[in-house]
Amino acid sequence: MAASDAAAIRRDFPLLRQLVHGKPLAYLDNASTTQKPHVVIDRLTQYYAEENANVHRGLHSLSDRATRAFEEARVTVGRFLNADPREVVFVRGTTEAINLVAATFGRSCVGPADEIVVSEMEHHSNIVPWQILCEQQGAQLRIIPITDAGELDLDAYAALLTDRTRLVAVTHVSNAMGTVNPITEIVRAAHGRGIPVLVDGAQAVAHGPVDVRALGCDFYAFSGHKLFGPTGIGALYGTSALLESMPPYQSGGDMIRSVSFEHTVYDIPPHRFEAGTPDIAGAVGLAAAIDYLSGIGFERIADHERELLEYATGALARIPGVRVIGTAAHKVGVLSFVLDDVHPHDVATILDREGVAIRAGHHCCQPLMERLGVPATARASLALYNNHDDIDALSTALQTARGLFG
Amino acid sequence: MTSDLEALYRGAIVDHSKHPRNCRPLEAGRQAHGFNPICGDRLTVYVEVVDGVIRDASFGGLGCAIAIASASLMTESVKGRTVAEADALFERVQRLITAPADAPVEDLGALSALAGVRRFPVRVKCATLPWCALRAAAAAGDEVVTTG
Repeated sequence: MAASDAAAIRRDFPLLRQLVHGKPLAYLDNASTTQKPHVVIDRLTQYYAEENANVHRGLHSLSDRATRAFEEARVTVGRFLNADPREVVFVRGTTEAINLVAATFGRSCVGPADEIVVSEMEHHSNIVPWQILCEQQGAQLRIIPITDAGELDLDAYAALLTDRTRLVAVTHVSNAMGTVNPITEIVRAAHGRGIPVLVDGAQAVAHGPVDVRALGCDFYAFSGHKLFGPTGIGALYGTSALLESMPPYQSGGDMIRSVSFEHTVYDIPPHRFEAGTPDIAGAVGLAAAIDYLSGIGFERIADHERELLEYATGALARIPGVRVIGTAAHKVGVLSFVLDDVHPHDVATILDREGVAIRAGHHCCQPLMERLGVPATARASLALYNNHDDIDALSTALQTARGLFG
Repeated sequence: MTSDLEALYRGAIVDHSKHPRNCRPLEAGRQAHGFNPICGDRLTVYVEVVDGVIRDASFGGLGCAIAIASASLMTESVKGRTVAEADALFERVQRLITAPADAPVEDLGALSALAGVRRFPVRVKCATLPWCALRAAAAAGDEVVTTG
């Protein structure tokens, strides 16, 4: 991406223009949440100012317009994932998507002595729902180990698959290390035994194109707010065959065909899984974010981030005492690191005063931190609007941290 | 370098975080664990109380510079005080680190080095974690206190 293009993209994000503690903001906490372009913010305003009504129920014009906007957003998400819109369920985010699968597919298909396979690098949101399901059903959680570089041990994974395995649930991209997992290989091994695969896409969607058909997965979950869209909206992709076989998640209005006190007939997917009034504005805002990214081009975004990751990795390598955690051969713009004697929280505080926003902590991956032998890491995570100035600010602030603790 | 950062990470704080005093388990005493679920800091505070007087205090665990320095300074300053006096001292430390940035700094001896925390509200819990654990250990022991 040309420098002028990158500068133009940065101008699309009003929040990035501010100063923090008198310094230009270098927002490097994109794995936590991403900033929103004008078009998304304007789309939310336009929806509430001109289109707001409840969906799927009113016969008046406004309700028809809101319903169209909501269902068009579903089409946009489907196109983004290369899925049929009927395979797209709107949820609050990745966490709810995984909980939905655990509560429906999980409760109906997982029984005593069955097994669910997750990996050592999962976010708590792809561990705890399965743990609770296992407790409820008397099933067992099996863990794919990782290598020291932060990659999945695929031989160990293959050995974990048994006749008792009911689901494999793995992350597409590690939120703590940036590792991109070989989903097609993981799916191939699981499908060889007829085991469905759920992919946690929370950290993948902002970094490049996602094609659920090419990946071959059975479920794919992501959050809008990590894709430059609003908070409170996300999507679950599920294959038609699986969604049709699953019982409802939450129940109430909008998920039924007919209700009597004797018998209720549920709606077909995806509506079966969307009880109550959904986040309509969130869905149209998410679609605006996807349209915005499509306009730039996902390949260009990926190229820009690849160059920036290389630059940032080089910059960190030149700072004495910095050790990068997670050195997978295939990774996206997530740089976890520790700085010699300086605790990650102190690093984050010092960086914040220099205008550099990063995250420090366990990143909701306590089992992974245990495996890596660190209580916490500092994490700089990149997005399409970041540039060399942001990385230079990070380097300078890290030198300040070294100076204070020198 | 900004003066806020220099106020937070003044020499005494960096020194206590790098070379913590009384960082050892205490066989004879009671203990309590302090856990900050947001950041994952974990400290164990040990205390030996005889006739209501803290005869010895120590700590162990992992945490940021502020938590470790606060624990180190705390163990040095509570030895020889009654449990009630240590409690009162905790109150004064809390006032010291939550006061407005421009308020005068009360003289709490070596503990006054923690005053820079007042400019960093998100770090107050780091500084109070060992004190919460001390209070629990002195009162009953064998508990986990959290700063959530």
